[in-house]
Amino acid sequence: MSGAAPPVGARARVALVLVSHSQRLAQGAVELSAQMAPGVLLLAAGGTDDGGLGTSYDRVSAAVEEALGVADGVVVLADLGSAVMTVESVLDMEDGYDGKVRLADAPFVEGAVAAAVTAHGGGDVSEVLASAEHAGGTFAVAAGGPEGDEPAAEAAAPADGAVRAVVTLRNPLGLHARPAAVLARLVAGFDASVAIDGVNGASVLELMKLGATGGQELTVTGAGPQASDAVRAVVEAVEGGFGEV
Amino acid sequence: MTLDVAWAARWTRLSAERIAAARDELTELDRQIGDGDHGENLDRGFRAVAVKLDGAAAGEQPPGQIGDVLKLVATTLMSSVGGASGPLYGTAYLRAAKVTGLAELDAHGVVALLEGALEGITARGKAQVGEKTMVDAWQPAVDAAEAAADAGASTADVLAAAAQAARAGAEATIPLVATKGRASYLGERSAGHQDPGATSTAILLEAARDAATA
Repeated sequence: MSGAAPPVGARARVALVLVSHSQRLAQGAVELSAQMAPGVLLLAAGGTDDGGLGTSYDRVSAAVEEALGVADGVVVLADLGSAVMTVESVLDMEDGYDGKVRLADAPFVEGAVAAAVTAHGGGDVSEVLASAEHAGGTFAVAAGGPEGDEPAAEAAAPADGAVRAVVTLRNPLGLHARPAAVLARLVAGFDASVAIDGVNGASVLELMKLGATGGQELTVTGAGPQASDAVRAVVEAVEGGFGEV
Repeated sequence: MTLDVAWAARWTRLSAERIAAARDELTELDRQIGDGDHGENLDRGFRAVAVKLDGAAAGEQPPGQIGDVLKLVATTLMSSVGGASGPLYGTAYLRAAKVTGLAELDAHGVVALLEGALEGITARGKAQVGEKTMVDAWQPAVDAAEAAADAGASTADVLAAAAQAARAGAEATIPLVATKGRASYLGERSAGHQDPGATSTAILLEAARDAATA
């Protein structure tokens, strides 16, 4: 991670534009991602100019311009063939906005959620893009987290100086979307590599994939300069029950 | 005889008329193997193009070159079509405009225009010949135009060769199985239907031909 999580109320460096054939689908994906990453500017560009099914060059272009007005970079996700082509056309016309705007080759919903959480954690354009694109894979640990360069597996096998803790999930629903996002954002804010039951603690999708339910024990391991603080914070968050107990 | 900006304007207006007339036919073809919006989308796009062209022609800086008209068509189609044919045709006209920023086109200039369009479509849609897409009309059109130009044909004859090859190419998509675009979801069931995108390509190139002899 190249920086700590932005303070509450601050904007992340990277904004997302979600492009769908359907205005409601785009808005729904924005709503879902916003719940997990409230500090990120998320813009929906769905439907045609008259609100029908399709994609609008002007809507996509306007959303990208608006996002660039407040963020350093923009990652765009699109749902189906012609939405992808419309985005590519916009980027073509503006010569890619000097690399500041990137289209992710990622599944729409999973990619948006993963990208939003990484952006919330302070990731730059390439980190947010990588996070979205990894969301299409198996969610395996090997895919790496938002950092992309430090396999979480290293943290799962404690070396010298590594920290380890075991904590029990108290909330009945376990690590569903919202708590997973809370943990991922928390972990992303530390200069440490944290694994929870062997998966990258900074990846909301990997955490959800654990399917951990209430009463289950989680093994938290950390490595790096802030490993102790990071593991302690995770343990406290889990013991706090995420406000659901 | 060379082609000038007046030809480009005639081609554009004729395209809008022909697409409007073929709207139901294109929609029916698309309903069989796609989502049934090709005729409606292209008609909406070309109506917008005609309005934009009229406005530009009456404005302070009317399009002075063929490339100016093509660029106007490109940006208007991209923002008004809605379906995949918007970015596909939009990019085709845009690339065609880039290679034809000239006041007048000779036979080889026409070939360059068509090559630019084909390049734009393949760059955007990533389709190849035989995948039951508009490329199956564009590629033979470019090949036929090139052969005609090399044989010393006039601009009108180069366009006639291109239009004829595009129409034959569109009809040859009937037995093909789609592997790109929405029709590919149908797999083997896409065979037996003519591709709507290849059909609209033939219509547009026939309009180009007729605008050159008008």
